Amino acid sequence: MNTQVPPKTNRKPMIIVRNIGIGIGLIALYVWAFATIEIPWARIFSEKTIANFDRVIPKLFSPDFTFAEKVLDYMMETLFIAFTGSFMAAILAVPFGFFAASNINRNPFLNTMGKWILNADRTFPEILLALIFVVAIGPGAFAGVLAIAIHSIGMLGKLYSEVIESIDMHVVEAMEANGANKIQIFFYGIMPQVIPEFMSYAIYRFEIDVRASTILGIIGAGGIGTLLVISSRNRNWDEVGMILLVIIIFVSIIDYISTAIRKRIV
Amino acid sequence: MTKPLNSEVPTSLVSRKAKVRMNIIMLVVLGFYLFSSFMTQSSITRFDSAFFINVWEMVVQLFPPNWGYTGVVWEKLLETIKMALIATTIAGILCIPFCLLAANNIVQNKVLYNATKMFLNIMRTIPELILAVVFVGLFGIGVFAGILALIIFSLGILAKLISETIEAIDMNPLEAIRASGGNTLQVIWYAVVPQVLPQFVSFTLYVFEINVRASVVLGFVGAGGIGLILRQQMSFLSYQNVSTIIVITFVVVVIIDYISNKLRGRLV
Repeated sequence: MNTQVPPKTNRKPMIIVRNIGIGIGLIALYVWAFATIEIPWARIFSEKTIANFDRVIPKLFSPDFTFAEKVLDYMMETLFIAFTGSFMAAILAVPFGFFAASNINRNPFLNTMGKWILNADRTFPEILLALIFVVAIGPGAFAGVLAIAIHSIGMLGKLYSEVIESIDMHVVEAMEANGANKIQIFFYGIMPQVIPEFMSYAIYRFEIDVRASTILGIIGAGGIGTLLVISSRNRNWDEVGMILLVIIIFVSIIDYISTAIRKRIV
Repeated sequence: MTKPLNSEVPTSLVSRKAKVRMNIIMLVVLGFYLFSSFMTQSSITRFDSAFFINVWEMVVQLFPPNWGYTGVVWEKLLETIKMALIATTIAGILCIPFCLLAANNIVQNKVLYNATKMFLNIMRTIPELILAVVFVGLFGIGVFAGILALIIFSLGILAKLISETIEAIDMNPLEAIRASGGNTLQVIWYAVVPQVLPQFVSFTLYVFEINVRASVVLGFVGAGGIGLILRQQMSFLSYQNVSTIIVITFVVVVIIDYISNKLRGRLV
C-alpha cells in the first residue's frame, strides 16, 4: 500500500519573506500597543476597586423598580427621537441614493462625489453631530433627532444606491422605448422595484437608531442617556440597573419586531 | 355591438384589500411620525432663519482648525487606536468558545446553545458608551474601563457573526474526522478552523473598524482616548481645537477603514 504523504507544495521565497515581514510587523504592533498603553494596574487592583465591586454589583443586579416609571418616560422619548430621526433620514436618503447610483447618475464625477459624501457622513459619529447641534441650538430632543437623521442618511443612502444599482434596467429601457418621460420611468419603472428593499433598510436603520439614541442624552441631546448620566454621577447603581434592564428589554423587543417585519417585506 | 366576454378589467395589479391594508399602515406610520415629532419638538417650523444662523455660527467658529494643537491630538488618537487594537484582540480570543457554543451544528445540547445565544444577544443590546459609564464607575476613570467596554461590546458582535459562519460550514470533513476516531478538539482544529479562519480574520478586522469609531466617543464618559480632549475643548469653548480633533480623527478613521476594507477584500 502506498502510504506516502503527498508532497508539500513549494512556496515561492518571495511569499515566505513577505509573510515573515507581516508577522514581524504584527508582533511589533502588538508590542507597541500593549507596552505603551497606560493602565494604572495598581489602582485597578486596589482595595478601592474591590469595595466598589461589593457596593456596585449587587445593586446593579437589584434594579430599583420604583424608578421604573421615570425610566419608561425617558425610554419613550428615546424611541421618539429614533423614530423621527430614522423617518426623516429614510425620506431624505432617497435623493442621495439616486445621486450615488451609477446606473442613474451617469456622470462619473458627480457619482463619485455622491458616494464620497455618503462615506464621509457615515464615518462621522452621531454623538459628535449631536454635540455640534447641542451647542448650536441648545440641549433637547431636537438636537438628538437632527444628529440621528443626518448620520442615518449616510448609511441609508449607500444601501439605497446599492439597491438602485441592482435593479432590472430592461424595464427602464422598455419604458424609454415606449416614449415614457423621466417622471413616468421613475414612478412606474424604478420605484416598484426598490420600495420593498428601501423599507426593509429603513426599518433596519430604525433598529440601529434606537440603540444609538440611548446614548445621546450623555451629552444632553435627550432620551434615556440623560437619566443614565444623572444616576451614575449620583452613584445610584440600583437606578442604573433599572435603566440597563429597560434598555435591554426595549432594544430586544424592537430588534425582534423589526426582524419579523423585514422578513415579510423582502 | 357585442359586449366583451370579460367585462371586468382589473384596474390595478394590486388587490383592493392589499391597497387598503397598505394605506392603513402608511397612515399609522405617518401618524406615529407626526406624534413623535411633536413629542421631540422637531417640527418643520424649527428650521427657521434663527436655526440656520445658529448652526452657521457654530460652523464658522470651527474654522480655521488650530494646527498647533496637532501634537496633543496625535497622542490621544494613538491611545484610541491602541484601545481598539487591544480590545479587538482580546475579544477575538475570548469569542472562540462563545462562537462554538452558539453554533447549532457543533453544540447538540439545546439548552446550552440557547443560553449562549441569549447571553450574546444581551451583550449586543447594551451600547458601548453605557457599558463604559458602568465600568468607569467600577474601575475609575481611564483607558481600562474603555477597553473593557469595547471587549464586551465586540464579543457580542464577533461571536454572532462567527457562529453564523460556523453554522454554514461543510459538515462532511467533521463527520470524516469523527468516523476515523477524532475527538471533539481534533474535529474543531482540523475541520472547523480551516473553514472559518478567513472569515474569522475578516470579521475581526471589521470589528476593529467599528471599535476605532466607537472608541472616539468613549472619552466623553471618562473612559480614555480622544473623546476626553474633545469634551474638554468643547467645554472650554475652544472650537478651533475641536475642529482640529475632528479633522484628524476623521482622516485617520477613513484611512483605517480603507486599509481594513482592502485587507478584507483579499481575505474572503
